[in-house]
Amino acid sequence: MIEIRFHGRGGQGAVTAAEITAKVAFKDGKFSQAFPFFGVERRGAPVMAFARIDDKPIETRYQVYNPDYVMVLDDGLLDVVDVYSGLKDEGSVIINTVKSDLSLKPNSSTIDATGIALENLGVNIVNTVMLGSFAKKSGQISLDSLIEVINETFSGKMAENNAKAAQIAYDQI
Amino acid sequence: MVVKVITSNQAVAEAVKLSKPKVVPVYPITPQTTISEYLAQYVADGDLDAEYIRVESEHSAISASIGASGAGVRVFTATSSQGLMLMHEIVYAAAGMRLPIVMADANRAISSPINIWNDQQDSIAQRDAGWIQLYCENAQESLDTIIQAYRIAENEDVLLPTMVCLDGFYLTHTVEPTEIPESDKVDSFVGEYVPKYSFLNPNEPKSLGTLADPEYYMEARYEIDEALNNSLKVISDVGKEFGEIFGREYGLIDPYKCEDAEYVLIAMGSICTTLRSVVNEYREKGEKIGLLKIRAYRPFPVEAIKEALSGVKRVGIIDKNISLGVGGALYNDILAKLDINAYNFIVGLGGRDITPKDMDEIVEKTKNPVKDITWIGLKED
Amino acid sequence: MAFNGGVVSEPGSTRRNKTGSWRTFKPILDKEKCNDCDNCIMFCPEGVINKEHDINYDFCKGCGICAEECPVEAIKMIRE
Repeated sequence: MIEIRFHGRGGQGAVTAAEITAKVAFKDGKFSQAFPFFGVERRGAPVMAFARIDDKPIETRYQVYNPDYVMVLDDGLLDVVDVYSGLKDEGSVIINTVKSDLSLKPNSSTIDATGIALENLGVNIVNTVMLGSFAKKSGQISLDSLIEVINETFSGKMAENNAKAAQIAYDQI
Repeated sequence: MVVKVITSNQAVAEAVKLSKPKVVPVYPITPQTTISEYLAQYVADGDLDAEYIRVESEHSAISASIGASGAGVRVFTATSSQGLMLMHEIVYAAAGMRLPIVMADANRAISSPINIWNDQQDSIAQRDAGWIQLYCENAQESLDTIIQAYRIAENEDVLLPTMVCLDGFYLTHTVEPTEIPESDKVDSFVGEYVPKYSFLNPNEPKSLGTLADPEYYMEARYEIDEALNNSLKVISDVGKEFGEIFGREYGLIDPYKCEDAEYVLIAMGSICTTLRSVVNEYREKGEKIGLLKIRAYRPFPVEAIKEALSGVKRVGIIDKNISLGVGGALYNDILAKLDINAYNFIVGLGGRDITPKDMDEIVEKTKNPVKDITWIGLKED
Repeated sequence: MAFNGGVVSEPGSTRRNKTGSWRTFKPILDKEKCNDCDNCIMFCPEGVINKEHDINYDFCKGCGICAEECPVEAIKMIRE
């Protein structure tokens, strides 16, 4: 079983990111589950969301404590949350940042997801961008299914822009 | 038939759409809110032909449900936590008037301290109201149970409102693969609702919600008790019939590896998913352990539980609620009705996550009990 | 354990929760352009702009309402 933990802030789309991950994995022919843990429900407050992917039905309902992957949607969280908490030895972390002076552990990679989101979507909602980079980096979900789910989740221009943003992130990381 | 990756809230809304109620009065509250949002959307899009009433409170939501159900149509409403507390007075009235309302409750803790997260205190606080209470384990069961709830509630031997309970966030906000049954199959399973009494028929006028003086009141209460007892068989039958048509059978309880078990854990709701894997883990180590999931908490399935637990040495009862001073509600019901060596574990109040370590502690303390009632996951200082 | 029903026994404890880290965009005021209308002070949902129109970045969440309400466009939102 692959476990993924998302760190974000209310409004950045961490919960949707986890849900899309589960939908994409299911489309890829696997079993999946995703759920959020909200702090207080307001824009900007730190939130966590979790996703699980497996070849068999998932029989676990507690939070993810030992993730294989961690996605950090906001680098400001690095000061307030231990995003590496419980990370498996072979696990990896993807962080949305433009800072080069962060003290990151070796298994981390960074991407300017906010830049890609602002450019393509006009808002700092980075979930589809982060998932594009996750698809490439982890190989746990396919880009094709991701684009399909984005098109089912959003409509019109929004779907088009999000798909484009995911593709850019996939190519860039 | 399609399979979608959806939350239990969406599964409930899908089931409501398939069950075709005519009136849907709901007031949004976390973590139920998306149920009301989906239903508003279905009605706005013309996918559900119902009157969606945007009421001003939960008290009004259940009152409007009574009005509509009394007028003779199928009704759905949903709530959670403080909303259910506000409904309390009318929750009793709905059962007393014998109205087959179906309500989803997104299980959430009760204030104070205020808390939006999951436990089952809200529905447990309504256990004596005369409603049927069915607890769900996953999105599929949430969907399937709503559909069955109409058949159960509307059965002439029952005619009682039915509460479908789903754990806040652990179910309401968790997406997982869920099968959506075909509409025509659900149509023929649920059928058209034909009320026993048509209260809006001017040729046959009737009054509802009247006063009953000491001459009549006890009989009215006795009949509710009888109806609730009748519902035991109806819940079983409907669950079986559902299985024949849709391939997923349901009962009052769901025993797992209990036949030869020395120790059995007993629980309700979403935690049963994880407990089943805990049972498997301990079975691999050679431990004779089982799980008894209680699906119907009201009516309380005493005979079914007795049968499932025959030969069991000791049980660990897991409650996501606390009847302050005497332990969990499920624990107390089992103590009252069964002659068994039982220990109680209070878990997950106000959304405290129940970790693998907590599960191990529960198993360990069921095997080697320390005290009658143990709070699990409590901070040390 | 002394939880006392969730009583917060110490006043002003929310000051420790520096919500400024939530920002994606930071409001920058050009005091030359400012016409002293005080709209930004009135509209700021966090109350982080003082009478001299200094913005307290420890608590400003970067919502941008001040920039939106400024009649002389003296406030610009700059990416952090």
